[in-house]
Amino acid sequence: MDVLTLSRLQFGLTIAFHYIFPPLSIGLGLILVIMEGLYLKTKNPLYHLMARFWVRIFGLIFAIGVATGIVMEFQFGTNWSAYSRYVGDVFGSALAAEGIFAFFLESGFLAILLFGWNKVSPRFHFFSTIMVALGAHFSAIWIVVANSWQQTPAGHHIVGQGLNARAEIVDFWQMVLNPSSVDRISHTFMGAWQAGAFFILSVSAFYLLRKKHQDFAKTSIKIALIVAAVASVMQLVTGHSSAQGISVTQPAKLAAFEAHYAESAAAPLYLFGWVNEKEEKVLMGVKIPGLLSYLVHGDFERPVTGLRAFPPDKRPPVNFVFQTYHGMVAIGMALIALSLGGLFFWWRRWLFNLKWYLWILVFSVLGPQISNQLGWFSAEVGRQPYIVYNHLLTSEAFSKSISSGEVITSLVMFVVIYIFLLALFVYLLNEKIRQGPSEDGIISEEHRA
Amino acid sequence: MNFTFDLNSIWFMLVGVLFTGYAILDGFDLGVGALHLFTRTDEERRLMINSIGPVWDGNEVWLVTGGGALFAAFPIVYATAFSGFYLALMFVLFALIFRAVAIEFRSKQPMLWWRRLWDISFSASSITASFLIGVALGNIAWGVPLDAEHEFAGTFLTLLNPYSLMVGITTLALFIMHGSIYVVLKTEGALHEKARPWVNNAIIFFVICYLSTTVATLLYVPHMTEYIIGHPVLFVVPILNMLAIANIPREIHHRRDFRAFLSSCASMLALLALFGIGMYPYMIYSRPSPENSLDIYNAASSARTLEIMLIIAVIGMPLVLSYTIVVYRIFRGKVKLEPTSY
Repeated sequence: MDVLTLSRLQFGLTIAFHYIFPPLSIGLGLILVIMEGLYLKTKNPLYHLMARFWVRIFGLIFAIGVATGIVMEFQFGTNWSAYSRYVGDVFGSALAAEGIFAFFLESGFLAILLFGWNKVSPRFHFFSTIMVALGAHFSAIWIVVANSWQQTPAGHHIVGQGLNARAEIVDFWQMVLNPSSVDRISHTFMGAWQAGAFFILSVSAFYLLRKKHQDFAKTSIKIALIVAAVASVMQLVTGHSSAQGISVTQPAKLAAFEAHYAESAAAPLYLFGWVNEKEEKVLMGVKIPGLLSYLVHGDFERPVTGLRAFPPDKRPPVNFVFQTYHGMVAIGMALIALSLGGLFFWWRRWLFNLKWYLWILVFSVLGPQISNQLGWFSAEVGRQPYIVYNHLLTSEAFSKSISSGEVITSLVMFVVIYIFLLALFVYLLNEKIRQGPSEDGIISEEHRA
Repeated sequence: MNFTFDLNSIWFMLVGVLFTGYAILDGFDLGVGALHLFTRTDEERRLMINSIGPVWDGNEVWLVTGGGALFAAFPIVYATAFSGFYLALMFVLFALIFRAVAIEFRSKQPMLWWRRLWDISFSASSITASFLIGVALGNIAWGVPLDAEHEFAGTFLTLLNPYSLMVGITTLALFIMHGSIYVVLKTEGALHEKARPWVNNAIIFFVICYLSTTVATLLYVPHMTEYIIGHPVLFVVPILNMLAIANIPREIHHRRDFRAFLSSCASMLALLALFGIGMYPYMIYSRPSPENSLDIYNAASSARTLEIMLIIAVIGMPLVLSYTIVVYRIFRGKVKLEPTSY
């Protein structure tokens, strides 16, 4: 395989693996703030126990997130040097801002979160938790800003010609608040909150089914269920708003989401299907006529730009984008049903007795993880063949000075190391969950008081 | 001195400050890692890891932010260096990954084989990362072949020249010296007494490496010494460096460990300043065709970006420094093992 394909494979793999962890730390961070806040307000030691337990798991997740995240930043230079030269002026400042405003905040206060229980006052510890959660959110903001600029470039101009062409910044705030930033940040936040909330739901439901740590599990479930419900419903809103934005800024991507080929016509919404890209039609598809037109324009008849408006070499791989997008939406809907159902059962006081529902919760942790991955895939692959939409082709962006042998070497090492890391992570997570929350010397006397 | 204080020079210094911050902070925890296997018992090893426990990942953020600043301020350097040093950098990344997970995972299981495995992994990855960072610095000083498009025109083997390997070993020695002082500073009792003699041995090891590297630089890398020879007042920097190093055994002898650590920080600061002065205004020196070199002008972002970044740095850096100081203050004093320790 050539350097371009190998580099794409490596980037996709390393970012997909990395992206298991940041959403969990963002979502767990938020819930930790809630738990510690409740502890400070009520002084109920149960909340303290909960915060202690989830902080330990947070530490494990954070460590792997950092270890795999550092790879992402360096990869722009190692594998995508032509891209780095082209966009450094614009894209680099968002990355540097992430370092200065987010990472330092997060990692500095994380030390207090993990090791400072007996060294600082409960109030200061709570403050540190807020800082860590803020840092995690800031980090997402800057990285999504950088990525959104690739989707909908703004605030820049192009100087130079051909090989020497590069983007230069004109207006920083226009670059930061480019047309897709706000939609994509809120969509990413909700996905991350879901990841954290369903993670806690899963572990707590497991304890209830095993009849262990009952008070702990019930209280955790209540908090997480509220976060899950809010995030899941809001996800529908942010998703809808994102899709409307995409219909204006990236029409080829939107058309690929729904495999809408007709150049300009009222567009249906598919529930599922299989796209035959050669014949430009959807096989075995079940569709609702005009619904895409309605969702985009509020009018069932108004046409939506189709894929035929773009030459074949300027279209993304349609079936891949269609499947990942529909997978994300389907899981999103299921998560709404699951969390609203949970609220209903809670209201009817059935929640902790419905075994089948608790079992679904145990497995629900995979839902946000899979839909977050699918969402990224559809967003990133939907931008193809461009790496910077309408500006720079992915095929022009890779490093010319590296050999395929070098990339194969690193790719194989990444695969081996990441499989090993994932196995270790699951093993250690399982151990921590089995041990469960415990009182052994964790709450010091002064904190009990 | 006739440094022209244009934006490009300011950013040359700021990127230098970030990487110097990285060297000084991660330098001691890499050094602790390199020394890790010199301890024997589980308790000693736990003390070693927990001495850096709360701060190592914050220290690594200096590298991430330095990389981000380099990307933004000098994207051509970022692109050329990182793609040119491809395999070497990948090995640094793998070492940093292993190091992070070794620290995190070691304490999670009581089995002896489990802890041994992560001890070796922690130490080996610390040594590898320190050495390779030095090799990279060595290559930047020595010069690498660049073509007219500023692309790296060598191979992996180009990077393994004797001078760069020498700088690699010197860097490892420097981090070991810095780390040994940190261990002395952070421990008490048996481990403290055990670590005390490490410092003098490490200083001897480092001074031998440093002198050989200096001679090699004078003989074979004249472009690194041009600027300083043209501005003799700058000789104060290497002199301060030697004084700082000489001061370390004195402070250790008088058991003023914190002052010894400050001396070690000062010597690292001087060394990196020397490196920066030697390079200025080049960022990647091209050998054998110096006309293809990347300097702070032909490799920089637009003035607008440098301005914006300066505003970001002026707002951000005081915040960063203030909570770095807060964290270090909270965890000051001798390391103690607690239930939340690794």
